[in-house]
Amino acid sequence: MAAAHLWAGPMSAAPCIELQRVEAGYDTPVVGPLSFALGAGEVVALWGPNGSGKTTAMNAISGSARVFAGTISRRPGLRVSHQQQNPLPLRDIPLSGRELLALTGGDAQTLPDSLQPLLTRRLSELSGGQLQLLQVWACLTAPVDVALLDEPTNNVDAAGVALLEQVIARERHRRAILLVSHDRRFVEALGARIVAVGES
Amino acid sequence: MNWTAMFEPMFFTPFVTGLLVAAVLPVLGMYLRLREEWLAALAFAQLAAAGSLAAAIAGAPVLVGGLALSGVAATAKAWLAQSGNNGYAILMVAGWGASVLMLANAPLADHLGHALFDGQLYFTDASNLWSMAAFAVVGALLMRWLSRKLLLERMFPDFFRASGLSAARYHLAFDLLAAAGLAFATASVGVMAAFTLVFVPTMIAYHWGRSWRQSLSIAVVVGMIAYVVAFQIALTQDQPFGPVLVVTMVIVATAAWILRKLASGKLRRNPTRP
Repeated sequence: MAAAHLWAGPMSAAPCIELQRVEAGYDTPVVGPLSFALGAGEVVALWGPNGSGKTTAMNAISGSARVFAGTISRRPGLRVSHQQQNPLPLRDIPLSGRELLALTGGDAQTLPDSLQPLLTRRLSELSGGQLQLLQVWACLTAPVDVALLDEPTNNVDAAGVALLEQVIARERHRRAILLVSHDRRFVEALGARIVAVGES
Repeated sequence: MNWTAMFEPMFFTPFVTGLLVAAVLPVLGMYLRLREEWLAALAFAQLAAAGSLAAAIAGAPVLVGGLALSGVAATAKAWLAQSGNNGYAILMVAGWGASVLMLANAPLADHLGHALFDGQLYFTDASNLWSMAAFAVVGALLMRWLSRKLLLERMFPDFFRASGLSAARYHLAFDLLAAAGLAFATASVGVMAAFTLVFVPTMIAYHWGRSWRQSLSIAVVVGMIAYVVAFQIALTQDQPFGPVLVVTMVIVATAAWILRKLASGKLRRNPTRP
């Protein structure tokens, strides 16, 4: 299941993803016009009040929201992982933590000792915070060029947030990271470049 | 009970054919349930029966007719980008309606109709065995390629799309595989037995398995053990195989449900009740 050969790594100074005056939504536009670029090795945080369309902007990049105006440019062959905000509604599926990480090619070996026991447990036996950590880990350590993380600290305790800060600091040299978070302290601790959404 | 009867030359080919079916269908069922499309098993089985009857009436090979109609349905479903059980429910009733109408208007198909709907496994021959064996080999190779992709697409729905890739071809490949598997199986064990072998072992495995790999093993083992018991009962008691397998599976499912409730403590006596 490992897919390490897929990882291209940060290859050039050209942006991985660039949005130019993008207006996005589902039935109608709910965010934009929005312009920013995400370069290799960069951590960018979309920041704005509730309902400003941060998640919609991220979904437009992943292809699950509609782009009404503007353009989203992507480097050819770009590999992208996407950790979605809503927790998996799929707990009845008999999958272990190790199998979840293996699906994305995520790195189980560097998971801290405190989380290693999660690898052998069925997903339905995990708490919301444990499942969230595994999902984020699966997307963040997958062999991709860009990781999209939507509210990665949801349901996660202080120790888990500290762990996420460590792994993002480690992984940012291997891939670009775009995140949505309401946790200002977390965003600042990462040294992320902040892109305001929904502010005139 | 004579447990060696299944190894007698007259019954050995049907026994091995059914054993292959009992090993293969639970695996397909695991992935159909993953996609919440377990009704596909009944739809493909009904369509395979209808296709087989149509082929028999037209004087064409029965197995080819079943494969063709279920394969066309799988392709149409993928082409129309329909997912979930709604599309399969329509296909299922269409297959059933067509089959009954053909049986009512073509007396020559009556014998085959009974075999398909009653599940007369003992009438299978070497062609059924070899076609099922070939399918098992091809299916195992295809599932090695497809398994991770189907699981990934289910657990991280945006993973392919976010990278500008489409998972449609993987779904089409699996749909065609499931349709072919159900067509081969229906020709051997009948419609309801095939559906039961997809549905019940998978349901038990989803409840008891602690990992995907372990759940696949549980599903296959449950399917094969229930099949052997049903084959033996049907043979020694001179009963039609299909209904015996279905009843056996219902008993197994009920026993598994009771065990699960006992394990979780929900069937322990409530002290507040008289």
